[in-house]
Amino acid sequence: MASLKDIKRKVTAVQKTKQITRAMNMVAASKFKSAQMKMDNFRPYASKFMDVLNSLALRVETMSHPLLAIRDPRRIRVICMTSDRGLCGGFNTNLIKATERFIKEKIKDGKEVSLIAVGRKGRDFFRKKANIIAQKTDVLSKFDMTLAVSVADEVIPSFVKEEYDELYLIYNQFMNVSVQKPTIVRLFPLPSIGQDADVDPDRFLDYAYEPSAEALLERLLPMYVHVLVYRALLETSAGENGARMAAMDNATSNCEELISSLTLKMNKARQAAITAELMDIVGGTEALAKG
Amino acid sequence: MADELMLEIVSPEKMVFSGKIEEVTIPGTEGEFGVLRGHEAFLSSVDIGELNFLKEGKKTLYAVNTGYAEVTSDKVTVLIETAERSDHIDKERALKAKDNAETRLSQLTKEDVEYELARAALARAIARISVAEKQ
Repeated sequence: MASLKDIKRKVTAVQKTKQITRAMNMVAASKFKSAQMKMDNFRPYASKFMDVLNSLALRVETMSHPLLAIRDPRRIRVICMTSDRGLCGGFNTNLIKATERFIKEKIKDGKEVSLIAVGRKGRDFFRKKANIIAQKTDVLSKFDMTLAVSVADEVIPSFVKEEYDELYLIYNQFMNVSVQKPTIVRLFPLPSIGQDADVDPDRFLDYAYEPSAEALLERLLPMYVHVLVYRALLETSAGENGARMAAMDNATSNCEELISSLTLKMNKARQAAITAELMDIVGGTEALAKG
Repeated sequence: MADELMLEIVSPEKMVFSGKIEEVTIPGTEGEFGVLRGHEAFLSSVDIGELNFLKEGKKTLYAVNTGYAEVTSDKVTVLIETAERSDHIDKERALKAKDNAETRLSQLTKEDVEYELARAALARAIARISVAEKQ
């Protein structure tokens, strides 16, 4: 049996760990709150933008834009969006697994795959395993639309230049605090817009366009990419902090459990020590009385 | 008041401005245009530049990035990726960004796809500097 002193030391250590996990839980909670606020603030922009984009797409007969060009998908590019920091449960592991599976499948089909890593965890994992052509790390703690724009600037010119044929975005979709779903969406060529959207076809009937509806749509498409990337970034950020909150909450309660079982052990050890001491004294007294 | 116009400026981060104004000037891609109440309905893309509006006789300036403006007779909705009010602009940073963009631009030719990016960055920096100076 471990000595009293050892157990005591262990209890203090676990208590300290508990303090840390509790603090991390609270930090993650406040970050989660601000991430959620950001999502709420983005909603009016996104819905207004989609509204206009969809109804514009309905007005334009045929769209021809470099971002809509369908080519034989031989070279594939993947954006893998993870968090920068760990200690958030299975958040990154699940996403990285999904990405790895996806890449393996594509390679098995004889495609060429290159990777853009957003977030340090993904970059670290794929550093030796995949062909990373661009990376954005340590950016997620504080970001705005400029980050989405810089990611888009990374992928749009090279797609137009036909350096690759298809682009996929893999990120964790935010379902709720404890559930994040790895999701794969195709960014380029952009899926057709306005087909399944629920829009009022007469909404822009009496409008004049400046420039023409076609030209306007063309200008809005890169912005659409920004919207998609920004939304994924927001979901990643909210998901990361939600996952960390849950993980740290778990860790804190595990610490509590450990502390209570260790305390019980410690009390037993102390009691045993006292009993042993008493036995000694009794034995000693008896020996003295006999002598 | 009869000649008031509702203006909404929306960016991804927040509702930048929402309120009643008298007049707004927007940097459209086909040239700057002013809107008063009763304007015909139209949709225009917005370029990098300066947006300003009059509210109670006072002028407010914003440096804006690409987006679009939807105009109806009594309401204008401007959706842009960034908007900075003139007194919030960090002029030092804008000057630095302008220098960066200029060096990048000098190394590229018109055929490069990155040329457009650098040109846009330069236009953004210039718009911010000019807005900051006017305030």
